[in-house]
Amino acid sequence: MMTLKVNGRDHQIDADPDTPLLYVLRDDLELNAAKFGCGLGQCGACAVIVDGKAVLSCVTPLLLFQDKEVTTLEGLGSIETPAPIQRAFMEEQAAQCGYCIAGMMMQAQALLQRNPKPTDEEIRAAMEPNLCRCGTHMRILRAVHRAAHLMQTADASTVQRSGR
Amino acid sequence: MPRTAGRMTRARVFGSVLAALAGVGVAAVFAISWRPAIPAIDPPAPQTFDATLMKRGRVLAAIGNCASCHTVRGAPDYAGGLPVATPFGTIYSTNITPDAESGLGRWSEIAFRRAMRAGVDRAGQHLYPTFPYDHFTNVTDEDDRALYAYLMTRQPVHAMARENQLSFPLDQRFVIAGWKLLFLRPGTYQPDTARSEEWNRGAYLVEGLAHCGACHTPRNALGAERATAQFAGGDVDNWHAYAINAQSPAPVPWTADALFGYLREGWHPEHGVARGPMAEVVRNLSSVPDTDIRAIVAYMASVFGAPTPDRKRRGEEVLGQVNSTPAQVESSDAAGAAIYAAACATCHEAKRPLPYGGVNLALSTAMSGPDARNAANVVLAGLRALEGEPSPIMPGFASSMNDAQIAALLNYLRSRFSNQPTWTGVEKIVEEARRTQTVALQNSRRPDHAPADSSQRDKP
Ligand code: FES
Ligand code: FES
Repeated sequence: MMTLKVNGRDHQIDADPDTPLLYVLRDDLELNAAKFGCGLGQCGACAVIVDGKAVLSCVTPLLLFQDKEVTTLEGLGSIETPAPIQRAFMEEQAAQCGYCIAGMMMQAQALLQRNPKPTDEEIRAAMEPNLCRCGTHMRILRAVHRAAHLMQTADASTVQRSGR
Repeated sequence: MPRTAGRMTRARVFGSVLAALAGVGVAAVFAISWRPAIPAIDPPAPQTFDATLMKRGRVLAAIGNCASCHTVRGAPDYAGGLPVATPFGTIYSTNITPDAESGLGRWSEIAFRRAMRAGVDRAGQHLYPTFPYDHFTNVTDEDDRALYAYLMTRQPVHAMARENQLSFPLDQRFVIAGWKLLFLRPGTYQPDTARSEEWNRGAYLVEGLAHCGACHTPRNALGAERATAQFAGGDVDNWHAYAINAQSPAPVPWTADALFGYLREGWHPEHGVARGPMAEVVRNLSSVPDTDIRAIVAYMASVFGAPTPDRKRRGEEVLGQVNSTPAQVESSDAAGAAIYAAACATCHEAKRPLPYGGVNLALSTAMSGPDARNAANVVLAGLRALEGEPSPIMPGFASSMNDAQIAALLNYLRSRFSNQPTWTGVEKIVEEARRTQTVALQNSRRPDHAPADSSQRDKP
């Protein structure tokens, strides 16, 4: 039994310590935003934020999360009250099939938390681990810029709430 | 003025002898260290150079890995400015584009050749041996001419050299003259007539322009390569450059064919993927013709020597293990084992062929090397995808694991995948690697591994 803190709530998890976090999130906690794309750390669909950094949850075993705080897309905002990053992706219509988008948003969120005004090049470098098979990259790029802008104008509490 | 002659005291005699000696000393230092300036020329027009010569120069510059030190990430090629950390301070590479004010624009071929041969710039100033003229001194006149033609026809870029950060007395250039007296053996390569032409060509390249020893040979306290330990393994940018002689720690002994494949493609199924500074070497070599690579391999195979029966057996054993089902090993390191199972094994034990599958770590020299640095670097940073071409990738784990966790993992890997004694101070090494990799990622010119598809590598 281990306590896992996700989106501000503690959960008791009964799983082997080498279970990838992604499986726990999806199967045990029914937090389905993070996707299984490759399971090999090569596509970014499973990205979540841990202590402010984007982490690929498919290759990160549970035992590494003792005393850490995990944020998934569900922890950023909801359909009723979307976080700036989610609004930006919607406003730019950045999703095609949408499979990669949760991971994209988490990677972008982590970037914007440490660098609120990234350049195009910085965004490309940070988003490099995330693949999109539908090819919406240009829209994603615009969405990240838009999110940066929204976060600067949004009230600080929304931004703060989103993943630490 | 009172005359003192004829009334010299002992102290005065002593003093004047000392002064005379000092004078001789200064003169001697001057004689040893002074080099004349070579007159500046007007930058020659690119059209004045022969196209075939330039082409040859391009290949030679790739073999010499010139761009790796003389280019900073994101800046134009050959414009210099890369900080090279040495035990003595930081030295910045210089601009070798043909810009008149800040580059080689006003250098004649004679000046260029003197720099290669003797480590002296056009103005007569000694160059620090971070510029490996202890190797380049071997380069023939014809090859220097080709290199000169190539460099003088690049796009000129205005970029002044940055001030080196060295402490006294190393910031005094005459000190370098003393270093050269001790360690620079001038002279071009003398072929060994008992060996094949190919072997001699390889020796000429390896010992000269390719300067393999600059990383793979350990250095003495004065920063010179130890002649008695040639190719016994050295250091570069917080990576260990493995021994590439009989002491090679590779689990499966290198063969000429394996070496050829590795230098050609950037990976070999029995050894893994080139990464760190070696990745860039392989990338540069990708534009070099097969014949030169074959020559390098012919020479290096003789440097490695035939493996001992023991090493051969061990190699076969490892290959056997890799191809059978993995044995369950008992380990005292439960955390390390769990991390390996979840984070590494899915790729490294999947038996998918290289370069897209991960190498079985029993084959990895990083696991049997003398320290944990290279393994720590790779676990932290992973292998980034190369832009616009297929390439092996590995996620970095810097964000998801702390130093203690990575240390636990590395200790587990060492005990499971090598027959060597445990590493010491692994956590410290991880901490150091985490610190330096951030710097390295900012400065290095290219992603830190070689592309998988050699046909894609020599894009313009
Ligand atoms: S599913 Fe985790 S990176 Fe692809
Ligand atoms: S929108 Fe389909 S994978 Fe990115």
